[in-house]
Amino acid sequence: MMIPTLFVISFLTFFIIELPAGDYISNQIAALKSSGEQSSVAKLEFLRTEFALDRPFFERYLVWIGMWPGPHGFDGLLQGNWGWSFEFDKPVAEVVGPTLPLTVLLNFATILFVYVLSFPIGIYSATRQYSWGDYGFTFLGYIGLATPNFLLGLILLYLFNRWFGLSVGGLMAPEYIDQPWSVDKALSVLAHLIVPTIVIGTSGTAAMIRRLRANLLDELHKQYVTTGRAKGLKERELLVKYPLRMALNPFIADIGNLIPSLVSGSVIVSVVLNLPTVGPVLLTALQSQDQFLAGFILLFVGMLTLVGMLISDLLLAVLDPRIRLGGRASQ
Amino acid sequence: MTDHLDKNQPQPGGVVEHYVDPTPFDPVTTEEMTPEQERYYQASQWQIMWWKFKRHKLAVWSGVVLILFYLCVPFAEFIAPYTANTRDNAHLYSPPQSVHLFHEGSFVGPFVYGKKSEVDLNSMKWVFTEDRSQVQPIRFFCFGDEYKFWGLVDGSFHLFCPAEGGTLFLLGTDRLGRDVFSGLVYGARLSLTVGLVGVTISIVLGLFFGGIAGYFGGLADNLIQRVIEIMRSLPELPLWMALSAALPVTWSPVWIYFGLTIILGLLDWPGLARAVRSKLLSLREEEYAKAAVLMGAKPQRVITRHLLPGFTSHVIASATLSIPSMILGETALSFLNLGLRRPSVSWGVLLNEAQNISVVTVYPWLMAPVIPIIIVVLAFNFLGDGLRDAADPYK
Repeated sequence: MMIPTLFVISFLTFFIIELPAGDYISNQIAALKSSGEQSSVAKLEFLRTEFALDRPFFERYLVWIGMWPGPHGFDGLLQGNWGWSFEFDKPVAEVVGPTLPLTVLLNFATILFVYVLSFPIGIYSATRQYSWGDYGFTFLGYIGLATPNFLLGLILLYLFNRWFGLSVGGLMAPEYIDQPWSVDKALSVLAHLIVPTIVIGTSGTAAMIRRLRANLLDELHKQYVTTGRAKGLKERELLVKYPLRMALNPFIADIGNLIPSLVSGSVIVSVVLNLPTVGPVLLTALQSQDQFLAGFILLFVGMLTLVGMLISDLLLAVLDPRIRLGGRASQ
Repeated sequence: MTDHLDKNQPQPGGVVEHYVDPTPFDPVTTEEMTPEQERYYQASQWQIMWWKFKRHKLAVWSGVVLILFYLCVPFAEFIAPYTANTRDNAHLYSPPQSVHLFHEGSFVGPFVYGKKSEVDLNSMKWVFTEDRSQVQPIRFFCFGDEYKFWGLVDGSFHLFCPAEGGTLFLLGTDRLGRDVFSGLVYGARLSLTVGLVGVTISIVLGLFFGGIAGYFGGLADNLIQRVIEIMRSLPELPLWMALSAALPVTWSPVWIYFGLTIILGLLDWPGLARAVRSKLLSLREEEYAKAAVLMGAKPQRVITRHLLPGFTSHVIASATLSIPSMILGETALSFLNLGLRRPSVSWGVLLNEAQNISVVTVYPWLMAPVIPIIIVVLAFNFLGDGLRDAADPYK
């Protein structure tokens, strides 16, 4: 299921990337021609054939993913060649390579943050419905849902700067840049990851709290809960043993809805907070029409969500015997 | 319960007496309803929805707030004291002027104090200080900055304007001395309509694809379902960014605006299509839909005449809930320089000025567009919740 989806996504990505008229090199050629320079045009024309930019659309796509012989034989994404970035004049792998681990780390941290925070709050809100705490969290949740995360980033950036004189932007405090790795530097990086995690995760957390609360409330009013209470089960035991397990399923399955929005958020928040993830690179790549770079990043971001969904499916199968055994029974 | 049985039921084996109620039976009186009940049963579907919606106080107030905001769309030129691109070279980065009512203990009416400006040669910045001797009363319904109403008719009539020779920067000015408040009013025009136009596109697409999938089922349904799944699994923002980067730079602002709304609508329809599909799947099994089919109605007629009225309210409710995400999308794109650009003004374009954190720390009022954005998004969320609850009036 994942492989065909990936192909569709890669095709979509390529299509979108190729939408603007012309390509990076032909734009360069046009610029050079208008300024009257003829000498380097030949070199650029050579580059155009080198990157198979002079071929028809479908052929270009197949060359890009490595299923059609390009100028150097089969050499595309499938063979591990991510293409060439014209803007940075480096292979794409070298441009985005250092940013990939941080991107994955940031998104992973955010998912963890969302779950760790929304789980207890959701349970609290559902079991103490209409209490002050519940109202407070609901209110905060609405604010969290309504504030776009990049604005939240901007506001936090301003407030931290104003109150604590801290620079929250960037990956680490300025004095550690170009320093060898040390405990202090690692701590600084960690401290700088907290704010973006909160910023990206807030709206997701708010949505998750709402959902868990609704699910749990549905379960809590069912008869088996009353039965359990009548049997004399302790409140806590009763909650953990039955309704919580029922409400947990949609909670886990929701990763699928959560991840695309988190990845979206991480892209723009990274731009605002000046984090070295793929976000800012994507922005420059798009602005300068650096097609292979932008295409690869879009594909990577799409893959990130697919992998996340796969993980959520696996988790569900582990947690819920009905899904695990249902599949086997039907075979 | 047993008592009741003993009295009215004949004893086993006893004679059952024939009993007739002597009062005349009038079917009209027994089935008569109270006036309220009658009103309820005679009311149309939309009437009941309105009653139900009115009980949702928060949603009603959100609606009122939104109407107030949307008033800025047709009357922006009239409401704003300046035009969005008027530059005041003497007041660059001027801080907000607060409105006062009393001057030295006596009532003057709404006025602002004038500003004295001098250059701080150490930081090379203009420093503005309030000049307490200069009282500049705000004029109402007055003639001031000239504009072209809707780009057609010349005018200079404003709701309120600064005193003669004075200034009125309620939210300060930006790097080129443009009034931020006026920018907000003008920006509402694009920011608020982006959502409406985008949602219209998304409704059309959603109805079309959802309608096909839900009514015909089978292969078409399968195909559309797969497409929806893939589109929903892709992160929206990077796609929006890529698509809007593909808009030619040479386009005029109007075309860029429409291009943007189409992009926003193109990626939003899967959610709506899904809702339409599931609603259609359940509605087409209803007797009245079957009757229409048996009477030989064509699919188009069945869908538009018989099924569509059944879920219009749902479509409206879910469309309302997706407007804020479009407003935010436009804001994000313009903020990143990928969407609208000056001279067109939207809240995202205004926020673009606040991209640099060192500027924001010194001139925090540049973040002002954040406030209307949050208010509008919240209001749309509450309104959508209220509409969704009211959408099913017979529950």
